[in-house]
Amino acid sequence: MNKDSIKKITSMRLFLPIVCLVAVLLVNLITTPGFFKISINNGVLYGYIVDVVNRASELVILAVGMTLVTAASGGQDISVGAVMAVAAAVCCQILSGGEVSVTELAAPMGLAIIAAILASALCGAFNGFLVAKMNIQPMVATLILYTAGRGIGQLITAGQITYVRVDSYKVFGGYIGKIPVPTPIFLAIIVVIIVNLILKKTALGLYIESVGINGTASRLVGLNSTLIKFLTYVICGVLAGIAGIIASSRIYSADVNNIGLNLEMDAILAVALGGNVLGGGKFSLMGSVIGAYTIQALTTTLYAMNVKADQLPVYKAIVVVIIVTLQSPVFQSFIAKQRAKKAAAAVEGGK
Amino acid sequence: MAKLKTTTDSNRKINGNTFLLIITIALFAIMYIAGMVIFADKGFAKPQMFLNLFISNAGLLVIAVGQTIVMITGGIDISVGSITALVCMVMANQMENHGMSAYAAIAVALVIGLAFGIVQGFLISYLEIQPFIVSLAGLFFGRGMTSMVSTEMISIKNETFLAWANAKIYLPFIGSYSKSGKFHPAYIYPTVIIALIIVAIIAVVMKYTKFGREVYAVGGNAQSALMMGLNVKRIKFKAYVLEGLLAGCGGFLFCLNSCAGFVEQAKGLEMDAISASVIGGTLLSGGVGTPFGTIFGVLIKGTITSLITTQGTLSSWWVRIVLSALLCFFIVLQAIFARMKKKNA
Repeated sequence: MNKDSIKKITSMRLFLPIVCLVAVLLVNLITTPGFFKISINNGVLYGYIVDVVNRASELVILAVGMTLVTAASGGQDISVGAVMAVAAAVCCQILSGGEVSVTELAAPMGLAIIAAILASALCGAFNGFLVAKMNIQPMVATLILYTAGRGIGQLITAGQITYVRVDSYKVFGGYIGKIPVPTPIFLAIIVVIIVNLILKKTALGLYIESVGINGTASRLVGLNSTLIKFLTYVICGVLAGIAGIIASSRIYSADVNNIGLNLEMDAILAVALGGNVLGGGKFSLMGSVIGAYTIQALTTTLYAMNVKADQLPVYKAIVVVIIVTLQSPVFQSFIAKQRAKKAAAAVEGGK
Repeated sequence: MAKLKTTTDSNRKINGNTFLLIITIALFAIMYIAGMVIFADKGFAKPQMFLNLFISNAGLLVIAVGQTIVMITGGIDISVGSITALVCMVMANQMENHGMSAYAAIAVALVIGLAFGIVQGFLISYLEIQPFIVSLAGLFFGRGMTSMVSTEMISIKNETFLAWANAKIYLPFIGSYSKSGKFHPAYIYPTVIIALIIVAIIAVVMKYTKFGREVYAVGGNAQSALMMGLNVKRIKFKAYVLEGLLAGCGGFLFCLNSCAGFVEQAKGLEMDAISASVIGGTLLSGGVGTPFGTIFGVLIKGTITSLITTQGTLSSWWVRIVLSALLCFFIVLQAIFARMKKKNA
């Protein structure tokens, strides 16, 4: 009995994201016959599925950060797209040494990546300071970087698109040596595993949940809820930075205006699809990860159905509204009432 | 700080919030006077320059006042920029490609704003979904719909519409002399008058009507408002509907200024509206704020823009960055004041 009930809860948690993923894949099975075909071209895996998993990598990484932020502070970080752009700008600017387009690295790769991640951690720390220390609503606090971030990126790159046409830089968004699987897939998996280990092996995961459920109570039992909230924002910033480096490596440039554009919406959507309540508290990292893959599958599906990139947000916005409506306690109690009424009516009818 | 405390004690009316508004007005005055001194040779001191602040921000003024109303209820709406883009695009498309009259286009603009207000207001107030999530969805929905109408820029060539857009209204006695000694009277466009009338109406509504008082009550403390017998949900809903209508109206004024519709239009306008409200003394936590303060918020945003464009060499990105920094400064100030208040109480 006890085992069964535990099983029930876990299955319910991942129920929504898996159902969505299966639904999207089924639609593809019918509309695009070649969707599940995987072939090897030029020694590289090729196919829709590979493309979905590859393209979803940045989103998976962002969704992990977004899940933590959502769980701890009950709000979302809407600056992640802009932070990606800042990280990409820092990384490319250091690698190019200020030139518009280079074919040789001007600085060691490690230095540029560390600088980019530091810059994104700084952005995260800024958000975290405003949210955790100053008690500002997360979305208002992150709105500042959401709008200013790309401007800062423009200042870093001096308004140009910086190109780094070096093979060693293309690795993060391309392939390592002769391995046929794209690197971003590995990076996403590594990030998920590391974060999962940190959450499971230390008490951080538990702390984040308790701060999200009741910040005051957690403080009273001795948790430093300010620090925990702050940490989640820093982690979210760092992850956004990693995603930014991958995104810029794909196009071997820092296109500040377009890197990570509209990704904040996708990341929030992934968290919501993953069965996480956007109001904070308990969270499921795996749910968000599945949610992220679902969204990328949805995006690819819509592209396959000839929907233009500009129009995608319309569909995603509708999906978000449907999900949050289904999640909303008011709606749920309304449904419960309707059911109770029906049951009562059935009982009366039975008399 | 000590000085502030004595004023608080001696006169209860000058509290932290009024103090913030005073900072805002002083900031505007300092920025504008500094501009007049530094850029005197570039015409910054002319009265026309001041009027231009209103001309180029007429639409924003109406939208920001709408934003102020929902922020007083403790909510927020970040979809206004997209609504504006959608309104401009639909108006341009209807007038140019479907032969709609300019009058009917105004109705369309208002209906779009109203529809956004009703849907978002319903989701936020009756289903109790976070305003940010709802309006973020609205932001993406509006922008996506804009590109569904057309991905190309549509310029408006409708004669009636252009006649409205270009109707200069000269002000008596105010103006400047050119180098040859010729008197150039200062002018404004009808958009400024419409915007100021709307703001005045909203100011009266917020201060003297039952609805206005209810909005403040709900934002100040929803729990006690509920206990007083107010229908909190309906009041919030009404606030969002009114805000949507104002966004549609602001979109129309914005369109009169740009005379075109394109996908990237009014990007980041929601940020301008929110920062204008916050800088103008609206509290993010709700319950405090006035349309009057918001006017100064908009004027500060306008001054920053004209200072940076007059300077000439700075990139336009600086407008966003400076505005964000200013928003950050005021948000932190608010948080500090809120903390002080808590300690005193």
